[in-house]
This record gives sequence, C-alpha cells and structure tokens, in this order.
Amino acid sequence: MSFDLLTKKQMRYVIPLILFLGLVIFLAIGLGRDPHEVPSPLVNKPAPAFRLAQLRDPSKTFSPDEMRGKVWLLNVWASWCFSCKEEHPLLVEAARSGAIPIYGLNYRDKRADALGWLGELGDPYVLSVSDLDARVGMDYGVYGAPETYLIDRNGVIRFKQIGPISPDVWQKTILPLAGELNK
Amino acid sequence: MKRIAVGLILFACIAFSVFAKDAQPASDDPVLEDRVMNLAKELRCLVCQNETLADSRADLAVDLRNQIREQMKAGKSDKEIIAFLTERYGKFILFRPPMDATTYLLWFGPFVLLFGGLLLLFRYVKQRRELILEQPLSAEERRRAEALLKTSGKETA
Repeated sequence: MSFDLLTKKQMRYVIPLILFLGLVIFLAIGLGRDPHEVPSPLVNKPAPAFRLAQLRDPSKTFSPDEMRGKVWLLNVWASWCFSCKEEHPLLVEAARSGAIPIYGLNYRDKRADALGWLGELGDPYVLSVSDLDARVGMDYGVYGAPETYLIDRNGVIRFKQIGPISPDVWQKTILPLAGELNK
Repeated sequence: MKRIAVGLILFACIAFSVFAKDAQPASDDPVLEDRVMNLAKELRCLVCQNETLADSRADLAVDLRNQIREQMKAGKSDKEIIAFLTERYGKFILFRPPMDATTYLLWFGPFVLLFGGLLLLFRYVKQRRELILEQPLSAEERRRAEALLKTSGKETA
C-alpha cells in the first residue's frame, strides 16, 4: 500500500494510528522487561575485595584475591531462599561437569541451616563463605538471592545473573563467556 | 462452646495488640534520625521496588538504613552516601532519576511532545485562517453584486 493513495483527509486518521502504534511499541518493550532485573553497575568493574570465614571450617578464610588467574563463579545463596533451591540442581550438574569452579557466598543465613541445606541437596561449591551480617552482599549490590557473578582472571566481574540461572543462560551466556575468558 | 472459642481468640488478639509497640528509632539522636529518614525517602528499596528505603521492612532496607546512619555518623555527606549506594546498586535505587544519556528521553520527551503538539496546532490554526480569508471578487462577481445592489436600492426607495 502506498501513502499516495491517501488523501489529506485520510491522513488525519492515519497519523493518530501511527502515534498509537508507537505508544504500543514503547509499552510492549517497557512491560516486557522484568523490573527485578536491575542493570548492575558492577559489571566490568573489579570484584569487591573481602575476607570471610569459610562455612564448613570457620577457622579458615577465603578471599577473591586467591582466585587471581582463574575464571570462576561467585554464587550468592541462602537456605531460606526459595529460588536458590530452584537453581540448585543446575549448579550441582555444572559442578560435576567441572567447567567453571563455583564458590558460594552464603548470604544472611544461619550456619546450621546452611550446612543442613547443602547436606540435603548436595554441595556444588568448591567452598562457601559465610556473610552473616550481609556486609559483603552490600558491597556486591546483592538485593535478592540467588545472584551469580562471573569473575575473570584479573578479578573483574564480567557478567551478573540476578535470580536463578536458567539452563538457557548457562548454555548460551555463561559457558561461552567463560570459555572466551579462559582462552 | 464455639462462641467461647471465638471470644477467647478475640481477647487474645486485643491482648497481644496491647503488647505491640512502635518500632524504636535505632539511634537516640533525633536530628541524625531525621537526616537518615529524609535521605532514605529518596531511595528505592530494591526488594520491594515501589517502597522507599524509609518505609520498607525488608532486611536489606534495614541494613541500608543502618549503613546510611553509620556513614552519617562518620561525617559523610548525603552526596557521598548516594555515590556509595549507586556504585553498588545502580541508579535504579534513586527515586529521582539523574540526568544522563539514558534518561534524556524521560526528561525531555514530554517537552518535545508538548512543543510538537503546539507546532501542529499553530499550523492547523494558520491553515484554517487562510481558508476563511476574504477572496477578492472576480470581474463577473463584481457585476452581479452591483446589479443586486441596484435592484435592492430601487425596492427600498
């Protein structure tokens, strides 16, 4: 259809239609977004430093500095967190494949609950650290577990997943990106 | 029996509501507390996104209010505290969006629409005005008009 066929009078009806379609497109994009996925300002910034007691053996500590030269995942989890349970089988499977080492940040949790949870569901983590007062969580901008950070050899956060990692995100985003970073 | 049970439950509700106290402010300095709450009103609770940090009871909001309080005690300005929070949680935590490349459309869009609308309106009005402008009479029309005027002049005379 060509607009030449439309008279000036007809155009008067077409213009509001075009404006309306524009509005529909804007709303469709806006409403299609998940408002809980807030873009993190930490991506492509160095992962904040910390030193925390390990969950299994609180006499030992862990710091991201020890991971220099490696590509790794930091997964924020808690036994009270429902979506963490949903994500857990994927992490267990991923840990079994050995593709990327996964470290846990046990967020705002009780030690006994956390250990019980790992005992029941399996432990995909090389180790977990306890962030009891959520200080480290604050430095990482955590506002809803689970959250996962992919950190490169230089200690820079390259990707952040808010909410559970779906098989799709794992296959199409995290694995390829980690492969590239490992080159 | 049922009535007694309902009565007991109601009594229990009232009894417990007597024990319910207002939350104590976390510091006894009312000036500082005012400052904390004023800043917290400008900030979004990321867990329950339509609430401010001042209103929210989420753990994260409580922690962040404590964080704001501590930093204020340490002598940090509101600006520094906002910078601390946006570095971690992003600009989304601010209820008043700052002006930058991602928000120009938000800030200026309404004015663009307003002026665009005004422009269209003026053009439309101008066109209408041109349509009703007096057209000079053609020679033929002038003759007819004169003839009409003459006849009407005769009738009134």
